[in-house]
This record gives sequence, C-alpha cells and structure tokens, in this order.
Amino acid sequence: MKITVNGEELTLDTPCTVAQLMRRYDLADTASAVEVNRQLVPKQQHPERALADGDTVEIVTLVGGG
Amino acid sequence: MAQQLEVNLVEPLQLGPVTITSRLIVGTGKYETYEIMAEALDASGAEVVTVAIRRERLLDERGRSLLDFIDTDRYTILPNTAGCFSAPDAVRVARLGREILQQLDNPGKDWVKLEVLGDKETLLPDPVGTLEACRELVADGFTVMCYTSDDPIMAVRIRDAGATSVMPAGSPIGCGRGIANHAAIAMILQMLKDRDHGGNPDYPVIVDAGVGTPSDVTIAMELGSDGVLLNTGIAHAKDPLRMAAAMRAACEAGYLGYRAGRIAKRLFATASTPWAGAITHLPGE
Repeated sequence: MKITVNGEELTLDTPCTVAQLMRRYDLADTASAVEVNRQLVPKQQHPERALADGDTVEIVTLVGGG
Repeated sequence: MAQQLEVNLVEPLQLGPVTITSRLIVGTGKYETYEIMAEALDASGAEVVTVAIRRERLLDERGRSLLDFIDTDRYTILPNTAGCFSAPDAVRVARLGREILQQLDNPGKDWVKLEVLGDKETLLPDPVGTLEACRELVADGFTVMCYTSDDPIMAVRIRDAGATSVMPAGSPIGCGRGIANHAAIAMILQMLKDRDHGGNPDYPVIVDAGVGTPSDVTIAMELGSDGVLLNTGIAHAKDPLRMAAAMRAACEAGYLGYRAGRIAKRLFATASTPWAGAITHLPGE
C-alpha cells in the first residue's frame, strides 16, 4: 500500500500500525504527535491504529517559534 | 531592606491553570543557535516560552532538538498555532500541540497561543477565523491565549468567546515598531480590565508582537498591560543576551511604574525647587 508521510510518499509491503511507522522512523520515544487524514491519533492508540492505502500521515514535533 | 523588597514585588499573574511571576513571555524562534536561545531565555527571566508545531524531519539527520535546550521543569511551554490561516487548521495544530505537551507532563499542556493569520505579508490576525477557532478550542477544554489585532471591539468579542487572555499586537509580528497605537491598546485595557467599562481587573491582557526595544516593553506595561510577549526583539538583536536582560528590566520598570501611578501631564512647567527663599531676581516679581 501507498501512504503519504509528512508530504513524502511511502510504499509499504506489509500491514503497518502508527506505532510501527513511528518505530520505522525512530520516533517512538520522541515528543511528537501524529495525525492520520487530519485526525489526531493519541499516543495510546498508536499500537492498534492500522494504516490503510492512501492514508495521509503527519508527524509533528516542537520547534522554535514566537 | 524589607521595604525595598516590597516595592519591587511583582505580583503573580494567573493565566488559567498557570501562575507566573515574570511578566515577560518570550519566544524560542529565530535564534542563531540553540545555545544562544537557552542563555537568552535564562537572561530574560521568563517562566513561559512559546514554541511552534512543525513536521518532524524524517529523512535527513535529525540531530539536536529544541527540547534538548528547554528545561521543562523550569519553563512552561506555550505552543502556538503560527502558520495557520484558517480556524480548522488552527484547531488541528492546537490539538497536536496538546498531544505533545501531555507527553512532557508540562503544566501548560491544555493551553495554546492561538494565531489565525490573514496573510503572509502582514501576519495580521484574521478576526473571523480567530473567533471561530477560539470558540471551538474553548469548547474542547483549551486555555486559549488569543493573539489579535489592537481592535478594542474584537478584543471584547474574544474575551466573550471564552479566551483566558486577549493578546493584542502592538504592531505586526516581528516588525519592531513597538506600540503603534497607544490609544487602541489603552482602550482595550479599559474595556477588558476596568469595571466601569464592563471589565474585570483580574482579566489578563498581554501585548504580543511588534515589540522592538526595551522602551516598547515599558510603554506596554505602563499602559497597564499584564505582560508582554516577544521573540524577534531579543532573538535578532546584535547581542541577544544583553537585550534579554534589558527587556526583563524594562518589563519590571513598566510594571512598577504603572502601579506607582504616574503624575498628570501638564503643558507648562512646575518647579521642583521652592521659590521661597530664592536670593535671585524672579521675572515678573
């Protein structure tokens, strides 16, 4: 299946949850937040939230700002 | 000595669930390095610092992150919705910020500095989108610190929508022109804080944006603002650390000056030294 993560296309050969995606990017333990198709997925739901073909994922963190 | 301490006392400011003593809130953007930022935050005396929400970098080397340089036991993090040009986007970003702050267990986890901007050139707030987002976030349990223009009627509307604090711009974000319209800020302060104008003295009003110099901060505080929020004025100063210290002193000066009660302005002079006993010839006598 094909999903979009932070604007980049990603092809996955096997089913994938949000938690697995976060591990793939080494972001499992960082202070970040995830949206799938513009809906927030709280961290406690990452292990059971399966991704589907065409999903758009945003992974965000804190940066400097005013 | 005891009296000295008392006259310098800065009363705590209650912003929803967060109590602060320093009336200066500073941003964490635009610094040349994280190290300079961390030192400038320290020198500013701020207890609340603003941050933004942006995409994680996935492909390049991530390296150091902002949070490595902010002591979350010392500072309360106030996430903003900078870069949002519609109410739905601002609500999304606010929720993402809350999700991150919950992981950090920071005291400000349910608050947000709401910005819904009109365009990239002026960075002035979109009043319609701001009000819409404010209502939705309040209903969702957020403590909303709401950035707005210096329009007094809009300020009242935002307060009525349930914002915890109204934060009018002195002038456009990052422009360094200070308080462009003193009368508008003074009017907002009267309408939100003065009982004779339907206000509440405990309702916090914080001047946000446009501040370039320490005197701008002092003017905002002398007008009766509860605090000042700034970023570029420190981050882009030639010496950010010295400017952070200056902004801190300026904020305290304005705070104390306002509470001390200024003298009335007069067109003509009034002598500080008595005429009585003068040995000189006084004109007209």
